[in-house]
Amino acid sequence: MAEIDTSSGGGHKKGPGVKKTKKVSTRVDLTPMVDLGFLLITFFVFTTTMSTPTAMAMNEPKDDPNNQLKVKNSGAMTLLLGKENQVYYYFGELSATEASTQFKSSNFKEIRQIILDKKKATPIGDLMYIIKSDKDATFKNAIDILDEMAISAVPPGHYAEVDMSDTEAELIKLTEQANGIK
Amino acid sequence: MPKVKLPRKSTTVDMTAMCDVAFLLLAFFILATKTKPPEAVTVVTPSSVSTKIAKEDAILVTLNKEGKVYLMLGDKTKKEAILEDINITKALGLTPVELTKLKKMQFYGMPFNKMKSMLQLAEPMEPKNMEGIPVIDSAHNELSDWIGSVVRSYSGESMDNLNLLVKGDNAAKYPAFKLIKDAFKRNDIFKFKVVTNPEGVPPDSELALNPPGAEKK
Repeated sequence: MAEIDTSSGGGHKKGPGVKKTKKVSTRVDLTPMVDLGFLLITFFVFTTTMSTPTAMAMNEPKDDPNNQLKVKNSGAMTLLLGKENQVYYYFGELSATEASTQFKSSNFKEIRQIILDKKKATPIGDLMYIIKSDKDATFKNAIDILDEMAISAVPPGHYAEVDMSDTEAELIKLTEQANGIK
Repeated sequence: MPKVKLPRKSTTVDMTAMCDVAFLLLAFFILATKTKPPEAVTVVTPSSVSTKIAKEDAILVTLNKEGKVYLMLGDKTKKEAILEDINITKALGLTPVELTKLKKMQFYGMPFNKMKSMLQLAEPMEPKNMEGIPVIDSAHNELSDWIGSVVRSYSGESMDNLNLLVKGDNAAKYPAFKLIKDAFKRNDIFKFKVVTNPEGVPPDSELALNPPGAEKK
């Protein structure tokens, strides 16, 4: 296979003065080549299965001004998406006097635990997450927060995307200035 | 007792066969994988834990990072009907030749008032040079008209056949996405899908501990 027959010419005797050439084996160690081959195979197998796009289902509610969903104050948590991947949140209803203490800032790493804590502390019937996106939020943020809902197994119908009010937009602006986010 | 002499055997194994197999498999995988078709509009999608595979023949709304909106009519059985419908309803006044040209295009990303002049160009326009379907605000939302034609072409069928996908870039701004959703809503479409990259479920999350399939038991 990977050898060349080197035995030819060994049959007859060489004359005097002819140097004996050393017979070197032509067998090559193929182990590294096999290693390389399998390494490439594993690489290709992993990269190809990763790239198939998936589809995330989205169900939008019907806009009906006469049929607004009432949410319990104790079970509501509002998540606000700002620029630079920042998340702001508050529980219940935003009161005019205590807004500064109610309004908290967070990010996508920490928000999972906060969502989970709220879910555990609230009876499931009352639970409602209200998601509002600022005009500076990205598409990625909007998908990521919905994905967080899926990760924390929030049942459908217990979270909704709502338009942001001017007070909230103003609060985000102020918090961004205070935190130095441009 | 006389010692039994074991013949010494070489421990080296001939690797040739194994090497052959490795490279044969390698060649197979390289050839068998579908190479991604060159994307005329580059979009880096966000990731989600969803495991459903996105279907190919879908009505795809693409949103790139500059906020341009493109439409791709992947359902070939409906493509002609949709384009003919849009020609009539928006009074584009396209000649049959221009209409055939339009049908050959893959990406639709032009305002209606520039459609005719674009089709008169000798060379087909590159999607990245198009200015996108205008979705400026709720009053100027041409995507809504497009989706209207799509919905009409599916009339008489179950709306489950309509496979509507949104493919957005990570860096696209939220308001553009909201206007796309508005365009769907105005045509009474409340269900659609978002194209994402798959992502592993975090190990200690609620979803990982109670997978949706197990709950039903």
